[in-house]
Amino acid sequence: MTVDSQTLHTDLSAIVGAEQVRAAVPADAIDGVQPQMIVEPDDEAQVAAVLRLASGAGLSVVPRGGGSKLGWGNPPRSVDLILSLRRLNQVIEHAWGDMTATVQAGCRVAELQRVLAEHGQRLALDPLWPERATIGGILATNDSGSLRARYGTLRDLVLGVTIALPDGTLARSGGKVVKNVAGYDLPKLINGAFGTLGVITEATFRLYPLPAHVRCLRFQASEVSALHRLLLRVLDSTLVLTGAQLAVASESPPVLDLRCEGIAEALDDQIAQLMQFGTGLSVAPLDPVDWHGYDSLWSEDEQELICKVSVLPSDIGALTQTIRRVAGPMQLGWELKIQALGTGMLRIAGANEQTLLAALSILRAESGQLAGSCVALHAPLAVKQKLDVWGAAPGSLPLMRRVKDRFDPQHVLNPGRFVGGM
Amino acid sequence: MHPRIISELRAIVGERGLITETEQLRTYECDGLTNFRVVPLAVALPASGEQVQAIVRICHREGIPFVARGSGTGLSGGALPVESGIVISLARLNRILDVDLPNARVVVEPGVINLQVTQQVAPHGYFYAPDPSSQSVCTIGGNVAENSGGAHCLKYGFTANHVLGLKVVLPDGEIVELGGKTLDQPGYDLMGVFVGSEGTLGIATEITLRLVKRPEVIQTLLAAFHSTDEAGAAVSEIIAAGILPAAIEMMDNLSIQAAEAAVHAGYPQCEGLLLVELDGPTAEVALSMERVTAICRSCGAWEIRLAQSDAERLVVWKGRKAAFAAMGRVSPDYIVQDGVIPRTALPRVLREIKQLSEAAGLRVANVFHAGDGNLHPLVLYDRSVPGQEHIAEELSFDIIKLCVQAGGSITGEHGVGREKQKYMSTMYAEPDLDTMQLVRCAFDPRHLANPDKLFPRPRLCAEKPGRYEPHPLEQAGIAELF
Ligand SMILES: Cc1cc2nc3c(=O)[nH]c(=O)nc-3n(C[C@H](O)[C@H](O)[C@H](O)COP(=O)(O)OP(=O)(O)OC[C@H]3O[C@@H](n4cnc5c(N)ncnc54)[C@H](O)[C@@H]3O)c2cc1C
Repeated sequence: MTVDSQTLHTDLSAIVGAEQVRAAVPADAIDGVQPQMIVEPDDEAQVAAVLRLASGAGLSVVPRGGGSKLGWGNPPRSVDLILSLRRLNQVIEHAWGDMTATVQAGCRVAELQRVLAEHGQRLALDPLWPERATIGGILATNDSGSLRARYGTLRDLVLGVTIALPDGTLARSGGKVVKNVAGYDLPKLINGAFGTLGVITEATFRLYPLPAHVRCLRFQASEVSALHRLLLRVLDSTLVLTGAQLAVASESPPVLDLRCEGIAEALDDQIAQLMQFGTGLSVAPLDPVDWHGYDSLWSEDEQELICKVSVLPSDIGALTQTIRRVAGPMQLGWELKIQALGTGMLRIAGANEQTLLAALSILRAESGQLAGSCVALHAPLAVKQKLDVWGAAPGSLPLMRRVKDRFDPQHVLNPGRFVGGM
Repeated sequence: MHPRIISELRAIVGERGLITETEQLRTYECDGLTNFRVVPLAVALPASGEQVQAIVRICHREGIPFVARGSGTGLSGGALPVESGIVISLARLNRILDVDLPNARVVVEPGVINLQVTQQVAPHGYFYAPDPSSQSVCTIGGNVAENSGGAHCLKYGFTANHVLGLKVVLPDGEIVELGGKTLDQPGYDLMGVFVGSEGTLGIATEITLRLVKRPEVIQTLLAAFHSTDEAGAAVSEIIAAGILPAAIEMMDNLSIQAAEAAVHAGYPQCEGLLLVELDGPTAEVALSMERVTAICRSCGAWEIRLAQSDAERLVVWKGRKAAFAAMGRVSPDYIVQDGVIPRTALPRVLREIKQLSEAAGLRVANVFHAGDGNLHPLVLYDRSVPGQEHIAEELSFDIIKLCVQAGGSITGEHGVGREKQKYMSTMYAEPDLDTMQLVRCAFDPRHLANPDKLFPRPRLCAEKPGRYEPHPLEQAGIAELF
């Protein structure tokens, strides 16, 4: 930070207009780090200009969409400016005949879905808090829900992005068509990069039709292993599910929710087959509106950990055993929701920060044998300050740093929040 | 090359693992794009990832450029050697290392042939989904480098959607693991960037792939139309009806003639032929097929056939997959083009291709992945007629420009390689390309891995990326294209 706030205000106002620059208030703090100013550009050219200014002045910038996941990642090393994408909120084009849509980064997920639904289509993704989360935010955090069982994640859905680099370059990559191999696939690089390489201003997605009909089933058992077996059986079958989510908790019996979508008459067959696979287990139809994803794991409670976990599908049972083994003796309450492909979220509620910290460390050490990952998305600040929320650095970290240094040599964007303190 | 280096290389790969004789080197002078040919200094055939690493280390130390090579079936000159460099053939790294059916994953070496993966797991009801027409000969390493597609990508996605992890020898000889067997690994998705990077970021020595369960039933329908317009309309209506076929392929009359001459697939002689494949649970496929049939009828199909057995399906597909090679039956020479357009632009672009073809006085055959708008116009010509090759090249370029103007891409699956370097700037502005170069420079600051491919002009890594300049299309007033 090398300029005084008056100069900064003047300079930013010159780009976006005085009414779109304001001093930050305590509620704008990120993990206790207080920014100086909030700036709200109107378009991508202004985003680029703000970044160029920030780079020139040596300021650190945190891009903000709906602000729903600003607490994810490590605490930032510093934050001078919050760059809000709020005003870049338009659905630029819904090419429904081509099943693609181009949308600005600040558009809320739910708003995009409403527009797409007018032509019976959707972004086939069910991320957290669609009414609050923006397109830029879900891309930066690579958020996903249960639909990934059939449609994959954003890396499979994004066709093109426009990003503003810290030096003010605006770069487009990918395209608007579903098939394109011209040049490097930068949309994949940007997806999940936590806004540390560039600020996403616009993205194009491939779309899918809204399902004609949806049917869900809920299986219950006293043992996780029975449900895990059923899950693997379903994965090994020719059935095509659009959701398969196992929920296991310290206090309640495990359940497995399964969802099929398609033509009504054809779904009867699939449901019958699922029932047959689960013979002996207690089963009931589940109203699709009662399908709850990860949202239900999140509360306002500060004294808890929420981790994103990923293991092999065949290790899901072992993961739940590990959690039980770690959490039990420490008397921690927990709940895990995990998708068939092995990605899930785990909530651990603890008496105090020390126990949470201990629980996470042991869990990571033990689940290390499962060759997966365990990222702490939410944790009390005191916990976040004592460990890297991302876990052990991957072997490719030096290469990742080289990429980071090329895109953002001065570490302007989100400094410290990403893997390895990038 | 210095004899010292030759003997060093020989010490790594053994006597039979190194080729230096000019006559033998000629086998490697080109890939499937045969009008570009360069003889390399040497070809090394390592038999393990460690050997690949040792070779790359020497290249890095000596500043020798290297080009990785799978089966050499690439159609954009990606595996074209460098005169002052060596070719590293992955043909001997051809083992399937691990098959993990409960998790639907396999780990393979890069030289494994695409079809072998499916053959290995088929008895258990699985398959490897990306199916380029060249799948019986091309390698998984080549597929990864090109992000290859195939007819069934409409439903199943491209290579990029099926690679979970990579072990890569970087251009400085370091080995990194990108991605892995579990999903969503923390950090940048460098694996996602490596796929489709055409050998410019390093050499993949181990690849973890996702397998797909074979669907309960597969049905293939052939529908004959009076025009490609009619067939195109049917494609749009099928998609609009919310049906996602496993594949929708279209062939025009010239392609049908060629395919018939080559493999006798028994196609109806028509102006526009659609091949629609549905797969999935039995009841759903049956119901959807009824709708597809009705849509084709209402769009003017005068003959509709449903392949009744696996054998019939195979013949139908054989004709389609042989379409490129079959062109040899109707023309002495031809250029295989690969462009993408938004599907809704299909009728218009096909008409414009026809006009261009008439103006140039050369025939263009169209065979393409209609479901995702990936065109493969084949420009037919005769090299022995003076000037005709040049006209054909111009025509082929004009077709690509049409695709870009329609909001599409210069390549949907064959890659940029050497062939389309100069087209890159029709699709991307300088800042876009500069930004891609940032990745290149992070992986390979000395540009040793497959240099002088993909990008329109060489660029030193020390150069700073430029400021924003209006996109060429923006300047031309077609701003909203990207
Ligand atoms: C008749 C025919 C039909 C075809 N049909 C299709 C089709 O339907 N869809 C499609 O997408 N393509 C198709 N192709 C193109 C081609 O088969 C694919 O691009 C294929 O993936 C190339 O594989 P290969 O092993 O031959 O690679 P090569 O041609 O040897 O190499 C291709 C590129 O990959 C790089 N490379 C190779 N191995 C590695 C490695 N281990 N690590 C890093 N880089 C590496 C090379 O340097 C080069 O740049 C077709 C080609 C032919 C001849």
